[in-house]
Amino acid sequence: MNQLWLTAKLDIVESLRARWFQVYTLVFGGIVALLFLFGLTESRVLGFIGLSRLLVTYIQLTMAILPIFVLITTVRSVAGDREAGVYEYLLSLPVSLAAWFWGKILGRYIVIFLPVFGAMVLAVVIALIREIEVPWSMFGYYTALLAVMAACFLGIGMLISALARSTDMAQGAAFVVWLTLLLFLDLILLGVMIQGKVSPEVAVSMALANPLQVFRTAALALFDPQLIVLGPSAYVILDNFGVTGYKIFALVYPTVLGVVAATLGYQLFRRGDLP
Amino acid sequence: MIRFSNVAKSFRKIRVLDDISLEIGLSERVALIGSNGAGKTTLIRCLLGEYTFDGEVSIGGRDPRKERTEVLGTIGFVPQLPPPLKMPVAQLINFSAALCATDPARIHELAQRLGLELAPILARPFVKLSGGMKQKLLIAIALGRDAKVLVMDEPAANLDPEARKIFFELLAERQEDVTMLISSHRLNEVSALVNRVIEMDMGKVVLDDRVADDVSLSGRFACRIAIKRSEPAFAKAMQAWSFRDLGNGLEWEGEVPGPDRLRFMGMTSRYVALINSYSLEEAVKVMPPAGPETVSLADGTGSLCVPGNPLRGQATAT
Repeated sequence: MNQLWLTAKLDIVESLRARWFQVYTLVFGGIVALLFLFGLTESRVLGFIGLSRLLVTYIQLTMAILPIFVLITTVRSVAGDREAGVYEYLLSLPVSLAAWFWGKILGRYIVIFLPVFGAMVLAVVIALIREIEVPWSMFGYYTALLAVMAACFLGIGMLISALARSTDMAQGAAFVVWLTLLLFLDLILLGVMIQGKVSPEVAVSMALANPLQVFRTAALALFDPQLIVLGPSAYVILDNFGVTGYKIFALVYPTVLGVVAATLGYQLFRRGDLP
Repeated sequence: MIRFSNVAKSFRKIRVLDDISLEIGLSERVALIGSNGAGKTTLIRCLLGEYTFDGEVSIGGRDPRKERTEVLGTIGFVPQLPPPLKMPVAQLINFSAALCATDPARIHELAQRLGLELAPILARPFVKLSGGMKQKLLIAIALGRDAKVLVMDEPAANLDPEARKIFFELLAERQEDVTMLISSHRLNEVSALVNRVIEMDMGKVVLDDRVADDVSLSGRFACRIAIKRSEPAFAKAMQAWSFRDLGNGLEWEGEVPGPDRLRFMGMTSRYVALINSYSLEEAVKVMPPAGPETVSLADGTGSLCVPGNPLRGQATAT
């Protein structure tokens, strides 16, 4: 446990010094600041106003930015250290490979989740100061959704990082993964359905295997419980899960996906050459 | 202590280690030599459990891959190329000390002995230190714990003469209870430190030679050199070895660490045309001299006093 925490601390300190972290924090803090600045709490969408409106917009923006940010910075972790020649020395120290790998994940998780969560807390604090009502249940679920999203893409990032032998290759692979998930949000699925080669259930299942789509739908479900904006797909989702069931699925499935990917990454890391 | 049994390693069908079998006992000091690509670093990485390989490696009967923490807790490692770590020096020291269950104060003390003042650089990223500073710090970390095996890849390459002298003293303090594996491209860099030489070529052991265990790591030689005329380059070289000027840069006196004497003589040979007289006499007696008339520089026990051409004298003596 001590080794795990020591490694996590090492990664945290290293990340705090890195430029990507400063940009990352600035982006999320900046989004909240800008949303308040442009008076988003005053506007209305689908009956939502105040902090709910801001949180809805914030989570939509976060969904677009967080996955690629997490993937690109995480894939540098194992592959970058290996390429830089850091492992020859650091892994000659008496640290178990499990503590090293999971410690890095823990450290990185703290570093990527805290700025996103911090921005949400900032929004709440500003709302309280301005005496705007805080939708606590929405705040809680969105926080959980962001925590799960960070875990999911962190796990995928660590798997890519363990697979790739160079930083360039890892970053390229991360970008391709993100792009594929993005394309499968709508475009490819629409094309498949138009061609009529698969049943709507299969197409919706494919969509729900995509963590990006899962988050998007879960975020929508909070202010549109009947998922009207999704059209006919909503029937498949709600018939199978129900609103609460889907909310739980949206938290459990990406977590499992992230943990499985990270475990696979660890097995590859453990069994291969370290430096 | 260390055992390699039929160790083989390939990278993309290129055989880098080819059926290596070796046994290295406690308190042996082994020079692992060979040209680039001979397989030295790969062998060291197998020993540290960093590579997968065919065959078996054990340290004290334990597998460094399967029992990493226990095995690596007994190994102090100094790499040839310092890692490009961005973490501050203080964090590196504390991280290593915590993992190795040692007191950071021991590392601080050793760094101090090697001439590295830690206080002003504690907050500085490790990667921003000079080559010599990095090497001193890595040596201090490797020696600042209760290691049973020291694995060092060109450990003294970036050290100044004074730090080299202290480094040899530090090794001498540990030589009875520690096994040392010192890798180098050239034997003359490490010959005085070791009592066994293993040469590798194309992934095979081509020479395994046990040399007489009469090399003193802590021995010193008193040296006095007189030159014909004052020469700034020579003065600078002498000052780097902490020699004292006895008068107008014409006569110099100082001490040379036993393991560094060949290197020192190699340096002075550059100024052979300048030198009037050259004496090198054992200052700390470690072994009795071989005989009253016999002079040996190779075993660190004799003395050399040569008026005139030092190289001629050296050749005669050895």
